[in-house]
Amino acid sequence: MSLLEVEDLAIHFGGVKAVDGVSFSVAPGEVFSIIGPNGAGKSTIFNLISRIYKPTRGTIRFDGTEITGFQAHQVAPLGIARTFQNIELFDHSTVLDNLLMGRHTHRSTNFVQDMLFLPAVRRAERAHRRRVEEVMEFLELEAYREKMIAGLPYGVRKVVEIGRALAVGPKLILLDEPASGLSVEESQDVAFWIEDMRRDMGLTVLMVEHDMRLVAQVSDRVLAVANGKPLAQGTPSQVKADPGVQAAYLGTEVAQ
Amino acid sequence: MKVIFKTSYDRDIDLHKDVWSRGRIAALVAVMAALPFLVGEYYLAEATNTLIWALAGMGLMLLVGHSGQVSLGHAAFLAIGAYTDSALMNIGLPFVVTFPAAALAAGLFGALVAIPAVRMSGIYLAIATLALFVIVEEMIIILEPITGGVGGIQAPAIEIAGISFDRYGHLDHFYWLCLTVVVAVTWAYANLLRSPTGRSFLAVRDSEVSARALGINVTRTRALAFGLSCAMTGLAGALMGHYIAFFNYELFSVFISINLLLVVTIGGLGFIQGAFFGAILITAVPQLIAILRGAARDSLGVDIGGMPGLDTMLFAMILVGFIIYEPTGLYGRWLKTKVWFELFPLARRDMFRRQKSYLKTERQK
Repeated sequence: MSLLEVEDLAIHFGGVKAVDGVSFSVAPGEVFSIIGPNGAGKSTIFNLISRIYKPTRGTIRFDGTEITGFQAHQVAPLGIARTFQNIELFDHSTVLDNLLMGRHTHRSTNFVQDMLFLPAVRRAERAHRRRVEEVMEFLELEAYREKMIAGLPYGVRKVVEIGRALAVGPKLILLDEPASGLSVEESQDVAFWIEDMRRDMGLTVLMVEHDMRLVAQVSDRVLAVANGKPLAQGTPSQVKADPGVQAAYLGTEVAQ
Repeated sequence: MKVIFKTSYDRDIDLHKDVWSRGRIAALVAVMAALPFLVGEYYLAEATNTLIWALAGMGLMLLVGHSGQVSLGHAAFLAIGAYTDSALMNIGLPFVVTFPAAALAAGLFGALVAIPAVRMSGIYLAIATLALFVIVEEMIIILEPITGGVGGIQAPAIEIAGISFDRYGHLDHFYWLCLTVVVAVTWAYANLLRSPTGRSFLAVRDSEVSARALGINVTRTRALAFGLSCAMTGLAGALMGHYIAFFNYELFSVFISINLLLVVTIGGLGFIQGAFFGAILITAVPQLIAILRGAARDSLGVDIGGMPGLDTMLFAMILVGFIIYEPTGLYGRWLKTKVWFELFPLARRDMFRRQKSYLKTERQK
């Protein structure tokens, strides 16, 4: 059974059909990538899955639950975490605190307990810290633990955002252009991490990415979209060879 | 510069990073507790006033500094606290009941108001809270049987377990009462900031969209911040009522709201300590100007007291100066000075670049 099933998903902003009839399903433990030219609707698909936008039609099912009617904050507790294309970190907090914020769905205390800082709060904090340190070790972020986000270089912020998503402890992680703006070495790190996420953590990865080399390296299957419509789906080499995909990237007319 | 070698997660979870920092706070509290033996009646009354302002400042700091919402109507919650406490005491309830009731009334009212208000942000929220303030002010006048209307209300003398905490009879006792409340609230506030609740406030302040993606219910979190902020302010209002002893709606004017906003911005947004620095500035500077004016009259023979509005103008100029030259507030200046000495002689000018404003709640996609 597939972990995430998207069926006939569409969203129209006025007359603009940003996403129009996209269907795909992601199996547990799979790395699934969505590619497409700028403005193809890739990030919009992500925003639909994380319930920031309300779809015009179509359904999204995750782990057997229909989440189409959910609110944005109800998605993370199910085990879906995401990153953003334009990094959305908490700039005035440290790396450590950003990752700890990722533990929100696992909080076990209420605000009265928090204010009195009862022993239960300390126990929970220790457990959160342990988990967050594991993530930091995995992503090699220890050197930045106490640094403010506002002063960090772009590449590190990108990684911190992946770390925050991992701190959620998700089943499915949505990576919105994890390698954009990164150097060759940095994006190679991202490729290794994605492989480790799948192999060691048992995560399912859904990724939007432009870097075809990264996509080909890590993806099991690829979905190509253009103008909100699906073009082709299959293994990376199948999709790359698809004439419609080539036309969309090279700008020639799509053969009807 | 001191490097702390951490050997357990508890070192990060603890409120104080080492024995020295814990000792400094203990020493400060000890000096504050000994204040009635050290200074006269006049300065003790001023210190009490500063503590009450710091308490109200912490209330607004939680809202503006830590959850990124602005309020121009916090005087309304001071008023709700003061009137709840005094009205309940006037019907014979003891202070130990009325004081928490004041916090509860202000907090619940705040949270209730917050539910529609949290959908707004920035300047719109400021206007909405200002409108709320006007409504509360009118309600105080209308509800004359409870509030005494325009005539005002008497805040009865406080008595707990047979000990008088009357502001006039036993100012030292009243001062200690205020100090205890302030210490307790500060501790709870600091605890909040190192726990999941505080982190969710910061998350909502800095990026709503990622807060949602992490499973934080933004509406509920902002309403909680609003409620807690108003509860703290309600406590300050109750104490303020007792400090003034007889008051009417005019005590809680819109200028109080603006002064409170100044306390948090000049003190340093986003730091508990900022509320204290701001409160000291806002209560001490007018007194300082008055003292200087007296000195000028006596020694130079210049009577600037004859020029109305000069005090206010001087005060305003100091505030404007701060906003322009020290946007991180007094606490920011304190941190910079500390780091400068710690790193001496290696501190650089551009180590503290100007931070972006906090009120960027419009970043929702």
